[in-house]
Amino acid sequence: MPGGKERELRRRISSVQSTKKITRAMELIAATRVVKAMQRADAARPYARRITSVIENLAAGGAQVDHPLLREVGEVKRVGFIVMAGDRGLAGAYNTNPIRAAERQLMGHQSEGKDYSLFTVGKKAAAYYKFRNYRVGHSYLGFTDNPGYEDARRIADDVAEAFSVGEIDQVELIFTEFVSMGTQRVSVRRFLPLEDTRVMAEVGGGSAEAISSFEFEPSPEAVLEALLPRYVEARLYGALLDCAASEHANRQRAMKSATDNAEDLITKLSREMNAARQAAITTEIMEIVGGAEALGTEVPIDDFAAAFAAVAPAAVAPTAVSPADSHPLTET
Amino acid sequence: MFNVEVVSPEAVSYTGEADMVIARTVDGGDIAFQAGHVPFIGTLAVWSVDVVKPDGGRDVFAVHRGFVQVHGNQVTILSDVSESAAEIDVTRAQTALDNANAALAAHADDPEAAAAKVRAELRLRVSALC
Repeated sequence: MPGGKERELRRRISSVQSTKKITRAMELIAATRVVKAMQRADAARPYARRITSVIENLAAGGAQVDHPLLREVGEVKRVGFIVMAGDRGLAGAYNTNPIRAAERQLMGHQSEGKDYSLFTVGKKAAAYYKFRNYRVGHSYLGFTDNPGYEDARRIADDVAEAFSVGEIDQVELIFTEFVSMGTQRVSVRRFLPLEDTRVMAEVGGGSAEAISSFEFEPSPEAVLEALLPRYVEARLYGALLDCAASEHANRQRAMKSATDNAEDLITKLSREMNAARQAAITTEIMEIVGGAEALGTEVPIDDFAAAFAAVAPAAVAPTAVSPADSHPLTET
Repeated sequence: MFNVEVVSPEAVSYTGEADMVIARTVDGGDIAFQAGHVPFIGTLAVWSVDVVKPDGGRDVFAVHRGFVQVHGNQVTILSDVSESAAEIDVTRAQTALDNANAALAAHADDPEAAAAKVRAELRLRVSALC
């Protein structure tokens, strides 16, 4: 039956249109959230910087401490991986990139005969590894798009605990670093054992003269011991915030291209639908003309116009205007 | 006169100028900083941090865990759990204190209740100061 294809196309167009509405809304939401996430990441920077500066001063003051978090293990038997991905999909390659990077690392360590222990952040990471029968030791869900300091502390406590008791001898952190709106890259970093305090100080870029005259209370060692867990938490928190900003930026980009694709698809489908409608009209006219000829009667021009109007009212409308009134620019 | 900052992991929650800052360090007792203090780093006890402003006014914070760094003309309080006097919910602190006392009456050596009691008492003290 003519018109069947047209109806089919019309249905597809309206479905693509509603998809486009959804992706567009998600794009706009992600755009506002990425700004907020960036502000939060910026607001968190002073604390991390100051903690590093305290460590710098402690190192300059000659604090040496036998802290479990600084313990360097001779032979690494088991490596912990903190993998940070998102709770939700529809964010381009945001989830798969860190997950794959971590899996590669994990396989590399496995081939050297080391065991692994997974700490996954986000539903997607947990689901990926569980589906592939990896042992997921700890999994943290439900806060990736807006992480709080409490969340970072929970993870840091578990990881530091496992490290301190010797369950794991090394910890790698895999997360998505937020470089700018346009660039986010997966970053694999050694998380534990912490570098020596002197290395931390050098990385911090501080000048170590003149400040070695610091007074410490109770003692440099005691301060450092209390400070290291906070430093670990602050680093994790920073990574979580970077991840949140990256997730929103990725989602915004993914949803923008989805919206653009939907637009292209709608244009293409409307063209196809118009062509199908035109073809149906032509076929019907041919049928009428053919039928009239078979009856052997001339079809009077008025009847033809009436028949045509019944098939396609819009197409006939301009002919209803008498030639005298018709404006030269509104030719049919 | 010098600058004071209270920095939490989420944000710089307070900045201002002060004539004197009074804090209490672990094992060290109360310590007051004035302009020109020697560089100093200390671990803070669960206690208040008292900022005496040049106009004589005071800003008081309850700091449950943190560090103080004094360097040049800058006093920095680093704390992941701190509250200004205005942020403290007095009725909640009072309830927490009552609960902790009740728990301690039942088990005198309950470390969590003891810590809760210290926190609640600090909150009440800080809010009373303002």
